[in-house]
Amino acid sequence: MCLAIPGKIKSIESQYDGLVRMAKVSFGGIIKEASLEMVPTAKVGDYVLVHVGVAISIVKEEEAKKTFTYLEQIGELEELGMIKQQLPDPSQYKDAT
Amino acid sequence: MKYLSEYRDPELARQYLEEIKKTVTRPWTIMEVCGGQTHSLVKHGILDVLPPEVQMVHGPGCPVCVTPVSLIDKAIFLAEEKNVILCSFGDMIRVPGSKKSLLESKAEGADIRILYSPLEAVKIAENNPDREVVFFAVGFETTAPANALSVLTAERKGITNYSILASHVLVPPAIEAVMEDEESSIQAFLAAGHVCTIMGTLEYYPLVERFNIPMVISGFEPVDLLQGILMTIRQLEKGEAKVENQYARIVEEKGNLIAQDTIYKVFEVSDRLWRGMEVIPMSGYEVKDAYAAYDAKRKFNVNIEEAPEHEACIAGEIMKGIKKPHDCPEFGKGCTPQMPLGAPMVSSEGSCAAYYNFSNLVNELEREKI
Repeated sequence: MCLAIPGKIKSIESQYDGLVRMAKVSFGGIIKEASLEMVPTAKVGDYVLVHVGVAISIVKEEEAKKTFTYLEQIGELEELGMIKQQLPDPSQYKDAT
Repeated sequence: MKYLSEYRDPELARQYLEEIKKTVTRPWTIMEVCGGQTHSLVKHGILDVLPPEVQMVHGPGCPVCVTPVSLIDKAIFLAEEKNVILCSFGDMIRVPGSKKSLLESKAEGADIRILYSPLEAVKIAENNPDREVVFFAVGFETTAPANALSVLTAERKGITNYSILASHVLVPPAIEAVMEDEESSIQAFLAAGHVCTIMGTLEYYPLVERFNIPMVISGFEPVDLLQGILMTIRQLEKGEAKVENQYARIVEEKGNLIAQDTIYKVFEVSDRLWRGMEVIPMSGYEVKDAYAAYDAKRKFNVNIEEAPEHEACIAGEIMKGIKKPHDCPEFGKGCTPQMPLGAPMVSSEGSCAAYYNFSNLVNELEREKI
């Protein structure tokens, strides 16, 4: 029911006597129409998430990449945590001057 | 397909799975709210490869499954008795009412049409000015903007022979109902990514605070789900309870404000009966007075009593995560997608249908017979 699929906007036009801004969206080569009412800033070339004929979000490319780097990040964080544990407590050092 | 295939990469999924296995030290019970997530977990075999300590429980997130029997009966009555063109999403078409489904009614001659979008129903109304057109507006918050937009489009165009039979349910009250159930053993939630696309993440903070549970907004692809499960387990293992957003490529904290505005123009929040469960306060949308002319419930003023669920069906316990489909004695025997006793075996997002179609359970049942 909440199925929504990302597709690429190929073209934009007004329909319903100019009341609804519609786009032709390509889903892996299959072209379907979607309303852009909910994403007014969407432009040709953007990827939008479409649900029951209405685009509900523009896919954010930068955020999309984070799933591929998340494991590295948490690995680095854990390493950092382990290094911190192995270092002496900085509060032990008195100012030598 | 961009933004889909990358999230189905088996190697990346394996890495996430390894990290889950490394992270988990004790048993945890996590509920995925959305039926789409349930299907993805079963269909891609994720449930089979998760470590035994991670118990996934399937939530009530299937609006088709929780649509009351009386509303299906009402839709059938409108199509059969009122000469209405009844339009519906495909998911609803085979769900049993008290006597029959929309599909059976269609087979008997009623004008029932399966559509991809409610905007198509507005066009049908425009092309058939001498007929009333009713769209069966089922859905969670994800679908509400599209259904509301259809009403606004009809209004702007001066189309008066269009109305919606609203059957909208909301996710946060359902999570509350699950957590308030004494039998519930849920320790964390994967929240539904597409509902949050519309509503944002802010309404989950009070739930996290009240129940002290991690809440991770997740996508639907295998890698999304595995990352969501990992984020959840990391929180559980550290004793944290936070709202986290795994699906940030789609979901913003405030959600889609235009979509929310569209919803609240047409709908208002109301109490709502969930099929197989109970009336949950402030858990649904009904059409506002200002749009009464587009509300099929008022326009046709049909009073149909709620009918009881088939006595053998344990849909309510399944949707609250208290039982799993294979706990039902009728699963795969007296209840199959071809001959369903209850909605979860019919809907494309029902837990029972997911287990029937994509798990090994049916094969095991067949072997038992031999």
